[in-house]
Parts: sequence; structure tokens; C-alpha cells
Amino acid sequence: MENNILVEVKNLKKYFPIKSGVLSRKKNYLKAVDGLNLKIYRGETIGLVGESGCGKSTTGRLILRLLEPTEGKIFFDGKEITNLEKNQLKAMRKDFQMVFQDPYACLNPRLSIKSIIEEPLRTHKYSPSERKKTVEDLLKKVGIPKSYMDRYPHEFSGGQRQRIGIARALALNPKFIVADEPVAALDVSIQAQILNLMSDLQDEFNLTYLFIAHDLSVVQYISDRIGVMYLGSMVELSGSQELFDYTIHPYTRALLSAIPIPDPEIGKKQISLEGEIPSPINPPNGCRFHTRCPYAEKLCMEERPEFREVKKEHYVACHFAERFIKEQER
Amino acid sequence: MNQNREHTEKEVTPLKEVVLEVKDLKTHFRTRKGVVKAVDGVSFKVHKGETFALVGESGCGKSVTCMTIMGLIGRKKNEVVSGDILFKGRNITNISKEERRKLRGKNMSIIFQDPMTSLNPVYTVGTQIAEMPIIHEGKSQSKAKEIAVNMLKKVGIPSPDKRVDEYPHQFSGGMRQRGVIGMSLACNPELLIADEPTTALDVTIQAQILELLRKLKEDTKSAIIMITHDLGVVAEVSDFVGVMYAGTLVEKAPVKDLFKKPLHPYTRGLLKSIPKPGSKERLTIIEGQPPDLHNAPKGCKFYPRCSYAMDKCREEMPELIEIEKGHKSACWLNEVNKNGE
Repeated sequence: MENNILVEVKNLKKYFPIKSGVLSRKKNYLKAVDGLNLKIYRGETIGLVGESGCGKSTTGRLILRLLEPTEGKIFFDGKEITNLEKNQLKAMRKDFQMVFQDPYACLNPRLSIKSIIEEPLRTHKYSPSERKKTVEDLLKKVGIPKSYMDRYPHEFSGGQRQRIGIARALALNPKFIVADEPVAALDVSIQAQILNLMSDLQDEFNLTYLFIAHDLSVVQYISDRIGVMYLGSMVELSGSQELFDYTIHPYTRALLSAIPIPDPEIGKKQISLEGEIPSPINPPNGCRFHTRCPYAEKLCMEERPEFREVKKEHYVACHFAERFIKEQER
Repeated sequence: MNQNREHTEKEVTPLKEVVLEVKDLKTHFRTRKGVVKAVDGVSFKVHKGETFALVGESGCGKSVTCMTIMGLIGRKKNEVVSGDILFKGRNITNISKEERRKLRGKNMSIIFQDPMTSLNPVYTVGTQIAEMPIIHEGKSQSKAKEIAVNMLKKVGIPSPDKRVDEYPHQFSGGMRQRGVIGMSLACNPELLIADEPTTALDVTIQAQILELLRKLKEDTKSAIIMITHDLGVVAEVSDFVGVMYAGTLVEKAPVKDLFKKPLHPYTRGLLKSIPKPGSKERLTIIEGQPPDLHNAPKGCKFYPRCSYAMDKCREEMPELIEIEKGHKSACWLNEVNKNGE
């Protein structure tokens, strides 16, 4: 079983320092990620959802070592990569890649798409003939005609650019891809094309995805398991169907009920949350969610709930998880 | 919400007052590359107390339609507007700048997508709301401020009497959007245009804002035009829906009919391409992408992507005709179906 784990993260923390004034020496920290534990199994897609500022993108970047963690450990394929030196990391990086949110900003406008996709191959010293062949193959895989190879990014639409971004991420034949909001900037009909492409490529190359998004219906569609984040930590993690059928954490429940469903006949009950996410600079004590939680009690204000397995493969950080499960069973 | 929907069904009767009527509206932009037909013959009506949703993908002309209605487009040389815009029976297509000004903010107002950029950072939120009653209704400073406090209270901002003197940067994203809504409603407009009002916001905040808009509609009986690309939002707030594609309306129907029985192949494709909560069924996609409006196809604009395309579609543009009561679609298939029966 241990062998099945591709990525493991232990007690991951990332604090960004903030200067509070010109003369003040006291440093404040923005706690973007605050004690995150996560295991990602080979070949699965794990979705990370949460509202803006909850630390989901930071988590993705930390795992790829694009950001240095403040604390915690990251293991990739059984090897700790938390403190790897630059050149060691470069060799490892072949195995984990990233697909970015903004298909307009993530491609260099002055390079032809051939050079863009080729770049990682050049870095890793592939021969010109190998490079050409790989680029041709990749373009075919992502559905862009080979003849467009010498065109520049501005000649492509948003959806096509995202395909190019995906081709680039696949160039080195990675095992693990972090996709940070890959469809957020796209239109609905194009979004579906990219989602289908991503799941086809996953089957073909046996990829493992960490799929970060704020849109729950998208995450649910593509993921095997879903993790819900709130203010820098995970509040609930379970299989994606389980999460929808047996939601436990009050935040997840509110989040699910807030998605507008494209069916006017469904009269769903909305759990509206009061207020907004507190600032991660000075997060509430105890349970981070207690300020907006309809079930909050004194305990929640004092003690931070442990993130624990309450049902098989279903993890929740809530003091009253057991009570909620009982209520559901009834 | 359930209750709300039953409510609207009863209310939708053809005898209601028409607040806005748009007839064959065309907005063309002359550019160096040629004419861009951003809006090309759009007609619809919006009644009092009703929400009309304009839905479509980016570049389909939904925002341009509303900017034209507001008179924000059409003043420059390269902007060519034709067709009629009737506001409560009065043709406002070619009225003077001054008359426009009198209408805007008082009788019709607009909420933009990005609450960060639609508020002026150097004035307090209160001042910006108070501006409306001062200009349009000749209210005194103190009276106007009172109105501003009331508006903030109405849109659900806590301790409005203090918040009224704060600047936009002291508000969070959701609160700014509430502020903007308060501003646009300060003079009780008969028509409110909301251009993607929740796109920049998180889901839980989006739910709060949609709920607020729903409540305000009940209270004020304003007509609302809601522009969105999110079919979920459409299903939640609207009474009538117009689906736009490449500058034209391809389908128009009461919200329930549209979701239950979409007629146009584009609408069907759109509905199938959104993942549904709790379902893993593979998404059906619409191949290709929307046409370049510099040289849109001659016939039906959707035919290059349509799986039902026939020869006729290539040659001639189908008209938007009523297929069932209140349900219109612009597609040659309707004719085929009719003849088949």
C-alpha cells in the first residue's frame, strides 16, 4: 500500500512575512498554509477546492517546490524533496509538472509554440530530432494540427492555448501534474473539451493529477478524491461521490449548497453562510471556521479540531463530526 | 427559493407592463480589419418585476447589447447602432446626451462585473451612493447621506452608519459589490442591468449576492437584465432566458422550458457540456470554437459547429420564431420537424 503513494505531505506550513510599518520591527505573518497533511496515490486525481485565499494554490506550488515551505516535509515517490539542492531538484522536476490557470500569461508571446513545448526538452538535453518528434506527437495528442507548430501564442484561442500548456507539461513524460485552475478562464463549451482531454491523457500516460479549482462541479467531475480547504488547512477529505452524498463538515455543506445548479426545477435548501472568510493574517483561534459556523460551541473557539479519519477514507476536521454522522444515519 | 419559483410562475402573465423593448438592435464596430458585427439583430422585451437573463460565451455580444441599451456605446464614429430601444414605450435610441444622463442612474442603472474597478477609490462609498439622489432628485447632502445609509442597510452591510464613511479599499470584494448594488438602486430604477455581477466572487459570496438581488426584485419590482455565462446562475435567478451566440439570439424561453426542453442545438450542447454535481458521465462537447466576428459565417452562425447542419444552414440565416408558447428558437431544424409532423 505504501508503494502506492506518489506524493506525501506532512505538516506542511507556509507563512509569508508581512511588513507592518516602516519602523516597526514586529513581523506579521500571513499563514497561507498551516499544517497540511496529504497523501496522493498513484494514478488518481485529487481535487483541491476552497474559496480564494484558502491556500490551495500555495499548496500546489509548495509540493512542486516552486515555493519554499516554512515547515513540514514533502515526499515524492518515496524520496524526500523538501531540502533538495537546485541541481538535484532539476533532475527530479522531470517527474512533476504544472498546468497554469491563465492560458494568456503562461505562454511566452515571443516564442513559437514549437519552441515553447520544446523548452523543457532542451533543458534536459534532448537531441533536435528527438525534440521535433516529441513536439509533433504531443501536438497530435492535445488536438492541435502539426502545421501550426511555427505559429505564435497570439494566433490561438484560449482553449487552444490551454492545450499547448498541457502539451508543454507533458513533454518530459511526468508522473505527476499539478493543474492550478486549468479551466477557470475558459468558456463552458471549451471547458468541457479541456476536461475531457485531461482525463483521456491521464488514462494514456498513467498520470496523477492534483487538480486545484474553486468550481466544485468541475472538481467533482474529474476527481477521484476531493479535499476541501478553509483558511490554510484541510477541513474535509474523501472520495468525490462520498463527499457529495455524505457531507460532514458544516463548511463543505454550505459550500455545496451554494453552487448554483443548472436546473430550475430543483428546489434545494440553501445554507447561507454569514460574513466572509477571516483574514489569514490573524486567523481565529480554535477551529478556523467557528466565526461562520452555525453549530459553533465554546469548544470550537478554544480548541483546534484534529483532522482525523471519522469513516473509512473520510477525513474531517470538526469536533462534532461523529454527531453529524449519527444524524445522517438516522 | 422553492417558494420564490412558484411565485414567479404565477406572476408571469403577458399583461404586465413592458419596461424595456429592444427591436432588431444592431451594434457594429468599424475597425481597421473590417466591420465587427458584435450585436446583429437582437429583439426582446423585459417586463416589470421580471428577470431576463442573457446567457452566452465570451464575445457573443451580451455585454455590448447592454452597454448599447445604457447608451454607453454608440457615441463614437466607429460605433454604428441601429434598431430601436424603447424604454417604457419611449424610443431612447437617439436621444441627446443630456436626456440620456437624466435616465441613467435614475430610471435605469447598471452593475458591472468587477466591483474593484466600478467604485472610485478616492471617494467614500457613502459619497458615491449619495451622488445619485443629489444629482437626480435634488436632495440635500444630509438627506442624501441618510439615503446612502439606508441603502447600505438594505444590501446587508453591517453597521451601515459607520461603513458609509469608509473608502472602497476598506471593503471586501463581496461588500464592494453590495455597495455597487446599493448605488445602482439608490434612485429606485425601473430597469437594472447586472453584467456578470457575481463572476469575480467566491461561491458562498455569490450565493449571498444572488439572494440579495432576488429579494430586491421582490421589494422594488424593478425589471432586471442579468448577463451571465453561468447556466447555474440563470436557473437560480431568472424568469426568462435569451441565449446568445455570435451576436444573435438563438433561443428565448421561460427558464423552466429552456432547461426542460432546449430547442436550439447550441443550447442543448451548452447544457450537456456542464458537469452536474454528483455525476461522472462523460461530458458531451461542442467541437470547435465561436466564429471570428470579423467574418462570421453567412448563414446560421452556429452551423460550422453544429452536428445537425444542413445545406440550408450554410446559405440562409434562420429567424427567431415561436415554436411553443413563449418559446422561440432560431434554427432550420424547427421547420424540418414541423413538416415531419
